[in-house]
Amino acid sequence: MTTSVSDQPSATEDHTGQTPDPRTADAVSQDVLHVPKGASLALLRSLLAPARGRVRLTVLVLLLQQAAVQAGPLLVAYAIDRGVPAVRRHDYGPLIAVGTAYLGCALASGLLMHAYIQISARVGQNALLDLRGRIFRHAQTLSVDFHERYTSGRLISRATTDIESLRELLNDGLQELMGIAVSLFLVSVTLIWLDWETGVVALLSFTPLWLLVRWYGRRSLVIHRNKSTAIAAVIVKFTETINGIRPVQAFRRERVNDAHFDRLNSRHRETNRAAMTAMAWYVMTSRLVCNVSLAGIVVWGAYRVADGGLALGVLAAAVLYLRRLYDPVDQLGMFLNSYQSAAASLEKIAGLLAQRPSVPEPAAPRPLPNRPAARPGREVSFRGVSFAYRTGGEVLPRFDLTLPAGQTVAVVGSTGAGKSTLAKLLARFYDPTEGEVLLDGVPLRELSGPDLRRGVVMVTQEAFLFSGTIAENIAIGRPDATRADIERAAKAIGAHDFITAMPEGYDTDVRKRGGRISAGQRQLVSFARALLADPAVLILDEATSSLDIPGEQAVQRAMHTVLRGRTAVIIAHRLSTVEIADRVLVMSHGRIVEDGPPAELIAGTGRFSELHRAWRESVV
Amino acid sequence: MTGTEEEKPAAQRRSTVRSLLRLWPYVRPVRGRFLGAVAVATTASAMSLVIPLALKWIVDGPIADKDPSGVWLGGLALLVLGVLEAGLFGVRRMMVAGPLTGVEARMRAALYRRLQRLPVSFHDQWPSGQLLSRGTTDLMLLRIFLAFGVTFLVVNGLTIALGFVILLLQQWTLGLVLLAPVVPLVILCRYFEVSYSRAARTAQDQVGDLTTVVEESVLGIRVIKGFGQHRGQERAFAELSARLRGTEMHKARLLGVLWGLIMALPEVAIGAALMLGMVQVADDHLTAGALVAFLSTALALRWPVESIGFLLAIANDAAAATDRYMQVMDAPLPSPDPAAPATAEPPLPGDGLRMTGVEFRYPDAPPEAPPVLRGIDLHIRTGETMALVGATGSGKTTLTALIPRLHEATAGRITLDGQDIAALPRERLRRLVSVAFEEPTLFSASAGENVLMGTDEAREEELLRALAVAQADFVHDLPEGHRTQVGEQGLSLSGGQRQRLALARAVVGRPRFLVLDDPLSALDVHTEALVERALREVLATTTALVVAHRPSTVLLADRVALLSRGRIAAVGTHQELLHSNREYARLMSGQEHHPQAEGDARR
Repeated sequence: MTTSVSDQPSATEDHTGQTPDPRTADAVSQDVLHVPKGASLALLRSLLAPARGRVRLTVLVLLLQQAAVQAGPLLVAYAIDRGVPAVRRHDYGPLIAVGTAYLGCALASGLLMHAYIQISARVGQNALLDLRGRIFRHAQTLSVDFHERYTSGRLISRATTDIESLRELLNDGLQELMGIAVSLFLVSVTLIWLDWETGVVALLSFTPLWLLVRWYGRRSLVIHRNKSTAIAAVIVKFTETINGIRPVQAFRRERVNDAHFDRLNSRHRETNRAAMTAMAWYVMTSRLVCNVSLAGIVVWGAYRVADGGLALGVLAAAVLYLRRLYDPVDQLGMFLNSYQSAAASLEKIAGLLAQRPSVPEPAAPRPLPNRPAARPGREVSFRGVSFAYRTGGEVLPRFDLTLPAGQTVAVVGSTGAGKSTLAKLLARFYDPTEGEVLLDGVPLRELSGPDLRRGVVMVTQEAFLFSGTIAENIAIGRPDATRADIERAAKAIGAHDFITAMPEGYDTDVRKRGGRISAGQRQLVSFARALLADPAVLILDEATSSLDIPGEQAVQRAMHTVLRGRTAVIIAHRLSTVEIADRVLVMSHGRIVEDGPPAELIAGTGRFSELHRAWRESVV
Repeated sequence: MTGTEEEKPAAQRRSTVRSLLRLWPYVRPVRGRFLGAVAVATTASAMSLVIPLALKWIVDGPIADKDPSGVWLGGLALLVLGVLEAGLFGVRRMMVAGPLTGVEARMRAALYRRLQRLPVSFHDQWPSGQLLSRGTTDLMLLRIFLAFGVTFLVVNGLTIALGFVILLLQQWTLGLVLLAPVVPLVILCRYFEVSYSRAARTAQDQVGDLTTVVEESVLGIRVIKGFGQHRGQERAFAELSARLRGTEMHKARLLGVLWGLIMALPEVAIGAALMLGMVQVADDHLTAGALVAFLSTALALRWPVESIGFLLAIANDAAAATDRYMQVMDAPLPSPDPAAPATAEPPLPGDGLRMTGVEFRYPDAPPEAPPVLRGIDLHIRTGETMALVGATGSGKTTLTALIPRLHEATAGRITLDGQDIAALPRERLRRLVSVAFEEPTLFSASAGENVLMGTDEAREEELLRALAVAQADFVHDLPEGHRTQVGEQGLSLSGGQRQRLALARAVVGRPRFLVLDDPLSALDVHTEALVERALREVLATTTALVVAHRPSTVLLADRVALLSRGRIAAVGTHQELLHSNREYARLMSGQEHHPQAEGDARR
């Protein structure tokens, strides 16, 4: 058994709460996923790895650019010292040389800046594109169970606001950092060259600055971690409200929500304020250290000039360079701020990416055996299967079950009997705790994703429509389907009429989750999807609950032809479904208590015959 | 993944400044602090200009003169200036930390409040990712702009102006040389503004679209898992993020050109001034010291000038963010509640729910399209339960949405006990009418809280009664009973469980009017029978409209209304309609289309 302890499904469906609370101190639902040590840096490195050459290039370009910029004052000095006397001698050579050099530096600094922005944007944007894709794709491999606990809001936050803080770092961070490094280096070399004693003393003043930087770095990482969590909470609330706007308004939740949102919003605001305040303290104290050092060095220099230990001109130049030595200290603060903000976000993202899917794809998938064209279905067998939630509540005790290829099986039983769990095991939403589910003798966990979905498709009662057209929504079943295929599927299921009655027919945009398409119509669309997918095994979990009777009958007629020869598992409360079934399984408390052809069970005295009678009475 | 097109109405572009001025109402409450901070920042940068002058004075004066007391005095002055400068730097940031984060938070709260109150028809048209991105990334851009952008545009603008005054005073000929690039730079900035702001808007819209795709990929995860993958969605995601990258690269290209020129042009001018100055010095029109002083002032202006590049970028990003934000804030709220409850109409207690000539068309429906509902006349007497039956897509759910005014009827009137609902404050109307939706939505709160949302009195016994009616006793077996967290951030419940909680929520306050939209669809036969039995008692004491698909649900009602192609086609008892109306008979039994089931007499 390879199921990891942390990723077992929680209480997700029809079982009436015999599980202990699966949520208290759950890292996923608390937004505190475990992050392997160093994972965020490793992530950053892996994002930048393909651009290693470009990163080096940006460093080089920026170095040259800084050199061009720093050359200005040196050229001025040369012009005054050499150029002016030469001009007095009517020697215009140095003048022209200085002028040309200055012009060259000016153009070079502009061009290099231009180049730098382009290259670094490419590096940054490629990394972001890569990371967005990784988040999206990874999220799709994680199990349904994970998403139920992590919530869409948090995932959105990872893919938007957390990406945004990385974008800020990549956009400006490298430039800031390089600017700081280059100017620190050049200025301190110049200082030491001018007068090594001043230079060394100035560099000594960096010790308190370094301590300050360390304090600030740690503090801002803590703040930004809180901030990332806080904005995610805001987003979760935001999306929940927008997606539930009808009940929000109908039940007058506006004011209660306002108050709750204000709480979350002000928690986020506090983290923002804390970040800005920490920055303020950093800027103030670092400036203070710099300015006090500057005053000290000037006074000390004055004494050395008085003693004759230092030339006045050298001190004058050194003093001007000193100011510039301290200039980047502020920028360092800004850089640290965006770096720690990005680090906190990368931690969150790395935590998400480190989640292993609880139903992993096999490393070496096994192919499904070829099936004869005459036999569209496949055999399903549950071998020694049992299933329990990760918190220990057993839903399905160990059982064996074989569904021969081509059989249509109805699964009935009261709420909490384990019907949906059985279906989800077959669709491999979960893996069993023990035993194997086999499709034509191949364990589901050894099938590749595409093979699995050609083999088994599941239609659930929540018929979700994605934004896009109706045709696109049906085509989810088979992406390469032609329009004719799509229409055929819709016709077969009785959805064609309502679709063509819409303003743009199949090209009608369903808008935001189909606000105007009724629940019944959505179920028809999702049925059409399933027909188009044409799987060997079709699972229908309460897939007709919102249909009216003619609709349901149309679906059943379609099923009659479509399912012929195909293996099908149908879960339905309405026992009308049973009429198209070859076999009925009655479940109770996770066990299969009755199993047989419908007519036989109805004629008997068991639960099913009782249920059937009750249902007959309900459809008067 | 469409939707963005119609979100740019008329594509009229406001100028950056005009867009940004719309932020004033939000900044106004903190204007004192805000302007104070700008003033402090200006002082601080003036200080930064003074310190080099002080340095020069010390070096040329006391140090050159070897005057020890002067050196100490100078050192002290330097120290005082330095401490002041550091203090001002810190003070500026501290002054704005509270107020500006407050502005962001207030704007976000205002957006949220607005969204909660905008009509359902607005939400039907807007992808939630677009709304969300306005509340997150856009507001962050605004915060950056307000915290740094504005201040430094002002400060650096002033610094540049002041610097030029000093330069012109020092050497007006050389000063004019430095002024030469201003004209091309201004033209360049204008050109840049136009293209960049368009790109900024596009990028932010694309972030919104991406957000929508990410959200749907989670909300639709069961479909994606059930079918293995959603390649269209993956493609959409890949395309959108590639397009976003393209837009960002376009922005970078524009910024690269701007920044490159902003760096190069002034430097070229400084180079020219340097050469001219050298000649002047050689001709003794100028002292070497004066030239050095002039050039160091010019070099000190380098950073403020260069910063204009990214400050403009920040300002344009912020302007695009403001436009996007305001687009939602400008969306019209539903008509305000009448100031005084209409006294003209005396309530008629016992009149029940009455619809007269009600018509409804979606606000964005094409004008030639027929209304979804028209000429609806329906009377539900007090205490009566009316079932609403109709084919899939006939407008049943839309009709139910008109009663609590989630959608507003476009013609006709609906009265509750004689009072026109259009004249009732929404708050009161929604207290009178309770709804169970077709799609049972639970919020992230405890199971008990989710039920008690339906009432203003949160009494335990009411909760228990409602749970009992809805057969939602499973709640007591949850880990923490009815205090168990459910909803998106809690325990996931099955469709049937959610439906029963939503039903409990609808009945908990013993509402005068009850609207149930297919309330039993996800229940198994056994539970359904139990719910029906309990619901009968509730329905006996309230006026109810129940959307029904099945005979078992219809049997809860006293009478049935058949909705067909947007009209009420027939009203009567189940038996009457079954015999007199072919469409109804077909809907209830499906016989017309299903002759093989004819042998089954009871269906």
